[in-house]
Amino acid sequence: MSFAALPPNAIVLSAFLFMIALAGLIIGALFYYKRWRWLWDEWLTSLDAKKIGVMYIIVGFVMLVRGAIDAALMRGQQAVAAGDSLGYLSPEHFGQIFTAHGVIMIFFVAMPLMFGLFNLVVPMQIGARDVAFPFLNSLSFWLFAAAAVLMNISLVYGEFASIGWLGYPPLSELEYSPGVGVDYYIWILQIAGLGSLFSAINFLVTILKMRAPGMTLMRMPMFEWTTLASVVLVIVIFPILTATLAMLSLDRLLGMHFFTSDFGGNAMMYVNLIWAWGHPEVYVLILPAFGAFSEIVPTFAKKRLFGYSSMVAASIVICFLSFVVWLHHFFTMGAGANVNAFFGIATMVIAIPTGVKVFNWLATMYRGRITFTTPMYWFLGFVGTFTLGGMTGVMMAVPGIDFQMHNSLFLVAHFHNMVIGGVVFGYLAALSFWFPKIFGFTLDEKWGIRAFWCWLIGFFVAFMPLYLLGFMGATRRLEHYDASTGWQPLFIVAGIGVVIIALGIVFQAVQLVVSIIKRHEYADTTGDPWDGRTLEWSIPSPAPFYNFAIIPAVHGRDAFWEMKQSDPIVQARPAQEYVDIELPCNTPVGVYIGACAFVFGFAIVWHMWWLALLGFLGVVGLLIARSFDENTEYILPAAEIARLDAAYTQKTI
Amino acid sequence: MTNSIINLTENKTVFGFWIYILSDCFLFGTLFATYAVLRGNTFGGPSGAELFDLSFVLVETLILLTSSFTAGLAMLAANKHYTTSKNKEVSPPYVQVVGLLGLTLLLGITFLGLELKEFTQFVAEGAGPQRSGFLSAFFTLVGTHGLHVAAGSVWLIVLMIQILRRGLTEPIMSRFMRWSLFWHFLDVVWIFIFTFVYLMGVMI
Repeated sequence: MSFAALPPNAIVLSAFLFMIALAGLIIGALFYYKRWRWLWDEWLTSLDAKKIGVMYIIVGFVMLVRGAIDAALMRGQQAVAAGDSLGYLSPEHFGQIFTAHGVIMIFFVAMPLMFGLFNLVVPMQIGARDVAFPFLNSLSFWLFAAAAVLMNISLVYGEFASIGWLGYPPLSELEYSPGVGVDYYIWILQIAGLGSLFSAINFLVTILKMRAPGMTLMRMPMFEWTTLASVVLVIVIFPILTATLAMLSLDRLLGMHFFTSDFGGNAMMYVNLIWAWGHPEVYVLILPAFGAFSEIVPTFAKKRLFGYSSMVAASIVICFLSFVVWLHHFFTMGAGANVNAFFGIATMVIAIPTGVKVFNWLATMYRGRITFTTPMYWFLGFVGTFTLGGMTGVMMAVPGIDFQMHNSLFLVAHFHNMVIGGVVFGYLAALSFWFPKIFGFTLDEKWGIRAFWCWLIGFFVAFMPLYLLGFMGATRRLEHYDASTGWQPLFIVAGIGVVIIALGIVFQAVQLVVSIIKRHEYADTTGDPWDGRTLEWSIPSPAPFYNFAIIPAVHGRDAFWEMKQSDPIVQARPAQEYVDIELPCNTPVGVYIGACAFVFGFAIVWHMWWLALLGFLGVVGLLIARSFDENTEYILPAAEIARLDAAYTQKTI
Repeated sequence: MTNSIINLTENKTVFGFWIYILSDCFLFGTLFATYAVLRGNTFGGPSGAELFDLSFVLVETLILLTSSFTAGLAMLAANKHYTTSKNKEVSPPYVQVVGLLGLTLLLGITFLGLELKEFTQFVAEGAGPQRSGFLSAFFTLVGTHGLHVAAGSVWLIVLMIQILRRGLTEPIMSRFMRWSLFWHFLDVVWIFIFTFVYLMGVMI
């Protein structure tokens, strides 16, 4: 490693300077306001699921900005690079950008927003005080954070992979990609993937073992069901990713021959394995969005969720089917007509449980008293957009059509249709829905709705031309095309769409700032700003660090709604005595392990073996040291809870 | 509340560890699938039938299975003490529990030594993991199991120190339970390796 590894490119250099400036600004502010200790004690070392959730979401949004800039750079390039004009990006740089865009948007935007939501919502919705393993939760976050830092280091030091977000060999093998880019890719995903796996185990145990008394599985809120389905998928598929990337790195580091084109390697196997992870992965992301909408629609329609049992069944069927469709990503590989037919039909079958969900939401709205809040706007935008994306998906499930559409911009339009129209809309809806529970004030509606319209219109302007371009034969990942293709006008339209989406992101930032300024006006004094149905709305906003002063008893679905119907004043407070609560002590061990994992990852990318060993031993040593620590919990006495709870109650009434 | 193993299995940490083992099954499943695909891809290099020495592997297998047996005996002794004695802080049956665990560790390390011997021998014969797709898959599958055994051995050392220092308290019993799950799980994985890699490898 040396300074020569710093890239000379103007775009990257400005990104580098921007990152330095931003980091300087934050560090300066922390010194100026003397907030270091506060940051360390209250946030970084915290084991409170709510705080870990907020940290996930902050990192997710920061990375969203980077991923969106990548997207804008690509669409800008494609809008100008026709015929004699070569645009401003070299093919190599363009390759790095589309790879980084995919990796960032899936691993560093969608995944953290999802785990952030789980952390914020899951314990509170089931009447629990924390997740099953608070320390593991912090560890998962810091592994993820280490990977995110490594991702940003790869932008300015060395290079990132230019192999596409799934890193198909033999291109990703040493012979064709000799640089550090692929190694960055591998180790970033390994570290982030480990964090995701731990987090998923944590939430599975939380949901199965920590529900409030009376909350049977079939009384759980829908969001819990979809979370359960999602984390089951993570637990099954992330080990596949880990093993697959490990084999790729063995090829690169030790000269093995898993996926090489000679010595008996088999590149097709990588493609199968990576999609055995990759296809369920998109269901991992969409299922919680379905769950969030299943909470939002009944709340704002003032009706019970229509067809609860069929929703549960649909989630589980989707969870299962997502395992048997991976081959539809490469019908063109040549597995034969019968194999392709099986996977084509299995893919189409997924439309059935998904359709069940869509009709259930619509039936929930039918004859409801609908309040048009921001989350509801997101839902309505989602239903149309997502259904459209689903239809283009069913089109591509037909192997014959797929042979035409494979790797064309039609495909790009399809999966953005699902990910933006489904995952992004879902998570943004969920965040504006649950925001007051965490921060104690609602978000500004006006700017929220403006942001929504920008996202919705921007999405259609940006991606409808891509469907057309796909029909016209434009393949994905083009950094330059011939003027005679006549594609340029459509690419320019798509570029305008990106600008509109970017405006949406800006409006969301404005929404946050406006809401913070007006936080007293928007204060949620009741703890129940939307007249909610589930347990999280029964506690004050912002939620106390122990969540529930008294663990509620559940007697049916929509537990809090039932309580409000039977006794509107007492609400969730049964006449019970306060009891001592055991809570986890804050610990910096998670931060340290994350730091060691970062050192390990960086060192192995640059082949600094001694440093990699040091990082690895650091991780192991810290885990062992932690296992010797017996004072990991403290007791919050009943009297103290009574005092805090009285203070909250006074504030709310 | 009775303090028995049954209760410990209801403990959420132990339950979470079962889930981790499930995920590890998928990790090994991926490596097994890869091995199944690549095992014919010898690229002119030696095949399994030419390389594997079944009697050597049988010794390895018996050593690992015995280590699982001694681990089981240690668990039984610990559980007997845990359920019957009133004061859990003092006088656990060190000789039985720690002695049997020490034996387990010894067997585990012997197993690792034998595996290493096999690996170095293959490499010396020019059948290293770089030779062919088949050998890459073989070394990775068997080596991943070996790495797990090594990790289990380190964990076992830590566990023995903790038992000696603190006795068989509830958190340590829970940890003991998880370690023993892990150790037995590695045994099961080895049975599959023995069958699919070695026995079937020699067959064809």
